[in-house]
Amino acid sequence: MFSIILSTASKYLLPLLLIFSFFLLLRGHNEPGGGFVGGLVAAAAYALYFIANGVYEAEKLFKAEPIKIISIGLTFALISVVPSIVSGQTFMKGFWLDTNIPVIGKIGTPLLFDLGVYFVVLGIALKIIFSLAEEEK
Amino acid sequence: MLYLLIIGFIASFSAAFIYKPFKNYFGWIAASFPLFMFLSFISRYQQVANGEIIKEYYEWIPSLGINLTFILDGLSLTFVLIITLIGVVVFLYAGAYMKDYEHTDRFFVYIGIFMTSMLGLVISDNMITLFVFWELTSISSFMLIGFNHHKESSRKSALQALLVTGSGGLALLAGFIFLYLITGSFEISSLYDKHSEIIKSGFYSSAVILILLGAFTKSAQFPFHFWLPNAMEAPTPVSAYLHSATMVKAGIYLIARLNHALGGTELWQGTILIFGTITMLIAAALAIKQTDLKRLLAYSTLSVLGTLTLLIGIGSQLAIKAFFIYLVAHSLYKGTLFLVAGTLDHSTGTRDVHNLGGLKKIMPVTMATALLASSSMMGIIPLIGFIGKETVYSAILEIEYWGIFLIIIAVISNALIVMVTILVGLKPFFGKLTSTPVAPHEAHIKMLFGPAILAILGLLMGIFPNAIIGKLLEQSTISILTEELGIKIKLWHGFNLVLLLSFITLGLGILFYVLRNKFFSTIQNVRMIKILKPSEWYEYLLIFLMWFAKLQTRILQNGYLRNYIIFILITAIGLASLSLIKAITTLNINFIPDITFYEIAILSMMVGATFVVITSDSRLKSIVAIGVVGFTMGIIFIIYSAPDLALTTFAIETLTVILFVLVLYKLPKYLQFSNVIVKLRDVIISAAVGIFMSTVVLYVTSLSMQSDLKTYFAEKSLPEGKGRNIVNVILVDFRAIDTLGEITVLAIAAIGVYALLKLKLDDKGE
Repeated sequence: MFSIILSTASKYLLPLLLIFSFFLLLRGHNEPGGGFVGGLVAAAAYALYFIANGVYEAEKLFKAEPIKIISIGLTFALISVVPSIVSGQTFMKGFWLDTNIPVIGKIGTPLLFDLGVYFVVLGIALKIIFSLAEEEK
Repeated sequence: MLYLLIIGFIASFSAAFIYKPFKNYFGWIAASFPLFMFLSFISRYQQVANGEIIKEYYEWIPSLGINLTFILDGLSLTFVLIITLIGVVVFLYAGAYMKDYEHTDRFFVYIGIFMTSMLGLVISDNMITLFVFWELTSISSFMLIGFNHHKESSRKSALQALLVTGSGGLALLAGFIFLYLITGSFEISSLYDKHSEIIKSGFYSSAVILILLGAFTKSAQFPFHFWLPNAMEAPTPVSAYLHSATMVKAGIYLIARLNHALGGTELWQGTILIFGTITMLIAAALAIKQTDLKRLLAYSTLSVLGTLTLLIGIGSQLAIKAFFIYLVAHSLYKGTLFLVAGTLDHSTGTRDVHNLGGLKKIMPVTMATALLASSSMMGIIPLIGFIGKETVYSAILEIEYWGIFLIIIAVISNALIVMVTILVGLKPFFGKLTSTPVAPHEAHIKMLFGPAILAILGLLMGIFPNAIIGKLLEQSTISILTEELGIKIKLWHGFNLVLLLSFITLGLGILFYVLRNKFFSTIQNVRMIKILKPSEWYEYLLIFLMWFAKLQTRILQNGYLRNYIIFILITAIGLASLSLIKAITTLNINFIPDITFYEIAILSMMVGATFVVITSDSRLKSIVAIGVVGFTMGIIFIIYSAPDLALTTFAIETLTVILFVLVLYKLPKYLQFSNVIVKLRDVIISAAVGIFMSTVVLYVTSLSMQSDLKTYFAEKSLPEGKGRNIVNVILVDFRAIDTLGEITVLAIAAIGVYALLKLKLDDKGE
C-alpha cells in the first residue's frame, strides 16, 4: 500500500533522523545517548523509509551491504583496542586527545569504539529487516 | 629443548612446500630432519649417562601450575633416541615408498608433526604439557591411519583409533587432575618425594584407574587392543613407526614414568600385571588366524606391548631391566620387519603370506635384513632379542607362587610370536617361488638401507650390550624405580633353566607353525562369539551413541520454537528455584503503598495490554499490544529517571514491532491449535515464571545492598572516562570488553538470522 504523504515525508525525515542518530552517538558520552541507541535510531530511520517506499528503494538508497557495515563496525571497535595494547597499558584503556573540537567534543578511542557499536547495531538491524523484507517478494 | 620442538613443528609444516620441487630425493631431505633431532639429543648423552637430569622451564600459565617444563633423564633419552633413530629410517624409507601415493607432501607434514609431538611427550615434565602432546600424537595418528581416505575401511579404522585413544586421553586428563588435587603440582618430577602422600589419599584409586585407562587405550592393552590391528590400514611406514616402534609405547612410557609416584600398591602392580598378561596371551593367540603380513606383525606387537606392561607390573629390578632391553630390542626388530613387509608388498603387490615364497634369490638384501630381524624377534643368540627374552624369563621366574603360571603363559605367547616370525620373516623368502600380482624385484636402495641399519644395530647391541645401552639402562632404571641397579647386561649367562626355556620356546614355535599349516582351514572357520569381542562392544557403543544423539535431538531440537522456550524456561526455573528457596530465609516485604497517579495509570495500561495479547484472535493486534507493554515499560524507566534505558527501550520496541510485522507476512493463517490441556500447561508455566521472577525481585530488594560500585563509577566517570554519562562511560570504557563481546555476538547472530532466512530446506524432514 503506497502512501504519497508518507513517502514524501520519509524523504525529508530520513536525513533528519540520521543526523539525530549521529547527534545521539556524539552526545552519548555526557548526556543520554550513545552508539547503541544511535545505531537503533538510524536503523529505524531506514525502516521508515523502507515502509514508505519499499525494500528495493531502501536498499538502493542505503547502497552498502549491511554485512559490510557490521564488519566495518567491528573493525572500528577492534582498532580502538590497538593503542592500549601497543602502549602496554591495561587492555582497552581509553586514550584521549585533548582537542576540544566544537560539536564533536573530545576525541578518543572510546568514541571510536562507540562509533563501532553504532555501525554494528545499524548493520545488524538493517540486515535482518532487509532479509525479512526481501523474502516476502 | 623447547626450541627443538618449535623447529620440529616448523620443519614439519615446511614439508608441504618443499616436497614438490624435490620430489625425487625427498627421502634424503626428510631423513635429515630426524637425524638432526637425533644428533641434537645425543649430544646430551654424556650428561645423562653421568646421572645428570637436564631440565628446562618456560612459563605458560603459572597461575594454574601449567608450564612448559621439560626433563631429559635416562628414560626420556632412551625414548627420544628410539623415536629419532627409527624416524631417520622411516622417513628415508617413506621417501621411496610413498612416491606413487597422492598427497605425499601431506603425509610428511603429518608424520613430522607426529614425531615432534612424540618427542614432546617423552620429554615433558608437566602433566598438562604431556597431555597436549599425547593428544597431538593421537590426532596425527588419526590423520595417518586415514591417509588413504578414499577407502572406507581406512576412514573407519582411523575414527576407531581416534575414539579409543581419544577417550582414553580424556580419562588420562581427569587422572592428572586428581593427582594435582592430591599434590598441588602438575610437575611429574615433584611427585618423587610425595609417594606416601599420594597412595594414602582418597583420590588415589580413582587417579590410578583413570591414568591406566589412558595408558591402556594408547598402548592397546586388552580390552582396547582391537584398534591396533585395524590401524594397519595406514601406509606401511606409519605402521612401522607409529604403531609398533613409538606411539603405542607412549602408554607404557607413561606407566614407567609414573611408576615411582603411583607404584608399589596392589592396585597399581596387580592391575598392570593382569592386563599385561592377558594382552600378551590373547594377542599372540589371535595372530594364528591372520594371513596378512602387517596384521600378523600387529598382533605380535600387541603381545609384546602386553609383555612390557606385565614387566612393569612385576616391578622388580630384574623386571625393569628386562623391560628396558625388551623395549629397545622390540623397537629395532619390529620396525625393521614392518618395513620389510612394506618392501614385500611394494615389490610383489601382495601382503598375504600364503601368496609369498621363494624370493631369496630375487630380493637378497631384503632377505638378509629380514633374517637378522627375525632372529632377534625369535630370540636367537647373539642378537639383542635373545638377551631381551632371557631377562624377561628370569624376571618372571623370580616371582614366587604365580611365577610358574606366568612363565607357562609367557613361553606359549613367545612361541606363538616365533610362529609369526617364521610366517613373516622367513616363509616369503624360502620354498617355492610363487606367482604374485606384480613381478617381484629388489627394492630401491632407500628402502633397503634403513631397515638393514636397524637390523645390524640389533646384532651389534646383542654382542656389545653394555657398551651401547648399558649407561642408558642404568639411568632409565633410576627414572623408573628411583634406585640404582648395579646389574650389567650380559649376552651369555651359561646353561641354565632360562636358556632351556628359550629352546623350548623355539621348538614350540616351530611346532605351532607346522600345526597351523596343517589345520589352517579349520582355524579359519573358528569364529568368536560376537558378544565376547571387545571390538563388538565398541560397535555397540557407537550405535548406542548415535541412537542417543538422534533421540535427544528429536526431543530437544525438534524445530518448534515454543518447545525450545518451554525447555529453556522450565530448566532455568527448575535449577534456580532450588537455590532460591535455600537462600531465602527471611523475606521482608516492605510494601509501602506510596504510589503516584502516573504509576497506577501506566501499570493498568500494561496489564490491559497484556490481556489483549493473550485474548486477541489476530496476530497484528497481539503485536501492537506487546508494543504497548514495551512502551509503558519505557515510561516507567523515565519516571525512575533512567533516560538512557528509556531511550533504548523505545528504539528497540519500535524496531521489534517492525520486525514482527515483517515476520507476520510469512506466517500461515491464524488458527486456534491449542486445546484446553495445552492452554492449561502454558498457564502453569507462565505463572511459574511470573511467580519465580517476582520472588527473585522481592528477595533481591529485601537484601541490603552495600555496593561501592555506584559511588566508584560516579566519582571516576568524569576524571578517568572523560564523560558525564556514567552509563555510556561504563559501556565504552570501564566495561568495554563486555561490550566488545556483545557486539561480536550480535554480529554473529545477524549472520545466523541471514543464513536461516536464506536457507532453502529442500530436503524437509531431515
